[in-house]
Amino acid sequence: MQRRVAIIGIGYTPFRPITPDLSFKEMMFEAAQKAYEDAGVCPRRDIDAFVTCEEDFTHGRSIFNIHTPDNIGAVMKRIHTLPADGIYGVADAYMLINTGLADVMAVESHSKASNMLTPNYLVAHAMDPVYNKPLAYNPYFIAGMEMNRYLCETGTTEEQCALVAVKNKANALRNPEAAYGDRITLDDVMNSEIMFDPLRRAEMSSPADGGIVLVLACEEKAYALCDSPIWVRGVGWCSDTPSLETRDWGKAVYAQLAGDMAYRVAGIGNPRLEIDFAEVDDSFAYKELQHLEALRLCRPGEAGLMVEEGGTLRNSEFPVNVSGGSLGVGRLDEATGLQKVLEVVLQLRGEAGSRQLEDVQVGLAQSWRGLPANSGAVAILSNE
Amino acid sequence: MRKVAVVGAGMTKFMRRAQETGKELAWQAAKMALDSCELTVKDVDCVVMGTAPDAFDMVHMKAEYLSDGAGAWRKPYVRGFLGGGTGVFTANQAWYHVASGMFDVCLAVAEEKMSSCLPHPQGAFVTCWDQFTESPLGTSLLWFFAWEMNRYMTVHGITERDIAAVSVKNKKNALDHPCAQLAANITVDDVMKSEIMAWPVKRLDVSPTSDGAAALVFVSEDVAKRITDKPVWVEGVGWCLDTMYIGQRDLYYPKYVEYAARMAYDMAGIKEPRKEIHIAEPYDPFDYKELHHMEGLLLCGKGEAPRMLADGVTQRTGDLPVCPSGGLLGVGNAIAASGVMKVAEIFWQLRGEAGKRQVPGKPRKGVAQAWGDEMQVGTVIVLGV
Repeated sequence: MQRRVAIIGIGYTPFRPITPDLSFKEMMFEAAQKAYEDAGVCPRRDIDAFVTCEEDFTHGRSIFNIHTPDNIGAVMKRIHTLPADGIYGVADAYMLINTGLADVMAVESHSKASNMLTPNYLVAHAMDPVYNKPLAYNPYFIAGMEMNRYLCETGTTEEQCALVAVKNKANALRNPEAAYGDRITLDDVMNSEIMFDPLRRAEMSSPADGGIVLVLACEEKAYALCDSPIWVRGVGWCSDTPSLETRDWGKAVYAQLAGDMAYRVAGIGNPRLEIDFAEVDDSFAYKELQHLEALRLCRPGEAGLMVEEGGTLRNSEFPVNVSGGSLGVGRLDEATGLQKVLEVVLQLRGEAGSRQLEDVQVGLAQSWRGLPANSGAVAILSNE
Repeated sequence: MRKVAVVGAGMTKFMRRAQETGKELAWQAAKMALDSCELTVKDVDCVVMGTAPDAFDMVHMKAEYLSDGAGAWRKPYVRGFLGGGTGVFTANQAWYHVASGMFDVCLAVAEEKMSSCLPHPQGAFVTCWDQFTESPLGTSLLWFFAWEMNRYMTVHGITERDIAAVSVKNKKNALDHPCAQLAANITVDDVMKSEIMAWPVKRLDVSPTSDGAAALVFVSEDVAKRITDKPVWVEGVGWCLDTMYIGQRDLYYPKYVEYAARMAYDMAGIKEPRKEIHIAEPYDPFDYKELHHMEGLLLCGKGEAPRMLADGVTQRTGDLPVCPSGGLLGVGNAIAASGVMKVAEIFWQLRGEAGKRQVPGKPRKGVAQAWGDEMQVGTVIVLGV
């Protein structure tokens, strides 16, 4: 028997290419302060446990979690760090609340990607140190190879992938927090430089800075503290093999298994019918298509067609990445997944401004850990 | 809250420089833990990984790299991180994976490979500190320990010789541990005469750097009843993180350990830890830390731990055996893996399977604790039969 868990507070800083005015500590503080204000809680008195999601190397530090408690009001409390995407943090909080150990929790993640001068070299350190790192490739070649395999296996075209970038950047124009909104055409994408054949520059998300904090609570607390709790119906996460040599290059198996787990927890049998909209990982344009198929939000191999027919536009039957996604908002390192959860919460609360979707009850957020990882997480939220 | 049992444990030998990769170490420990309770990877519902800074092996997103080694292929898998406190937190994390009702069998694996950090893993800690207030001082981790040890000695009037006796005890205990790296018969004089690293810390006050891995299997009550006659129950968990600003804390007492211990004791219904805990594995990367942490764990009053040690209470045959495994000083300090090793030791002792290390008197409740970050985090688990 699971306890019901809801998101009762959200706080975030704007997502920008650079943030010279704030340190990561100040960004964490600002997001936390807004989230606690939104939830009407005092961290020292009301919050039982905290989770932060960050990797050491993206901060250029060892043991980053040393720096976490002071900025979010968690000193002398239960707080731990997951070197994982923010949706893993939501899943962790979901579990801890379900044990009964905590009633109210905060999940934090942020990106200060602008501090990283050479992100490619950083990603290179994530390669297998014995087999792959010594080859000293630019690790983004993996995305090119994966896209190539995906196109080959499904018959999806390069143009269909490019349309994802057109859609998401256009969506981002309606999101005041997004860093990379743009009105571009299919030709603009197709004519942009080929970076890792067949992947083009306009199909690759750019890094952005930003901090996000969510406050989660058990059912009793959620009703006591919040008028419009957004329920966490299901969470799932999964790691496929990290090995480049043996992985399935065409399919996002990790997303499929994470989705299956989340659907099981949420009791969802037919995701396409029971979910109203989705924020899926689009670090690279083709990834959105690959993830839609893995999550059974369209039939296998038909995501490209769905995008081409406009089936994922903001005003269509099944809007995907209405926030602008990582292509439009910017990739937020470990906070990428939380940005997707944040958008789903805003939509379900009816607070999404000019990009508000009509009549939505259930939304899905999905994240991928980024190159060269082969893992990710899913959260399913609903407003009833 | 579901009851959760530990049913299996395994660990590799801890050593200065392992030939195996991190993945291989993780798999050896995981396999041994699964074999010990006659489960296979197929029976595992989810995996949690504990491993300390990525900087040791210079692998970004280290958990992703280690995942298949830890047996997590196509399974829910996540890494928890609390600096040096990671090991025991990994056990706590495995506990809540099962206690939440989400999973029935959780494999907890901790791996550390420090030897690939050259010239010395100490270098990995240089980037830990606050870049404005601490890093410019050019501190090494040893300095922090020297401050803390000095403060502890000064406040309570404890001598270096009092503290050196911990190192003597633990290295001797480790002689009976098949995985130990630095087991030895030494005397207090040997410790006192060893090289001064940063006064009052001397070489033999310090645990070694190590490569190694350790693993535990956590299961729900119904699975435990099905597969074992001797489940060891997780009775309490606690973790607590203090402020990062070390200048704002009095280092003589680890209050964060006390908070974490109180969380765990409250959960376990323990009112008087000194009477109800039969065996303890506090974190001992430095010899004074064992004493410091005994006080934080409320196993004695503030400043009283050296007397307990002198009276022989904490010997393996004493009234309250402390670090019967040999601890980090004797077995080795493969950061996260050492924390799991401590939980594993309590598991083996409570099951009566600790071999030559077995403490007399059939202990029924034990506590394991780890510590880390910038003198800042306490993680505690209470196990019982």
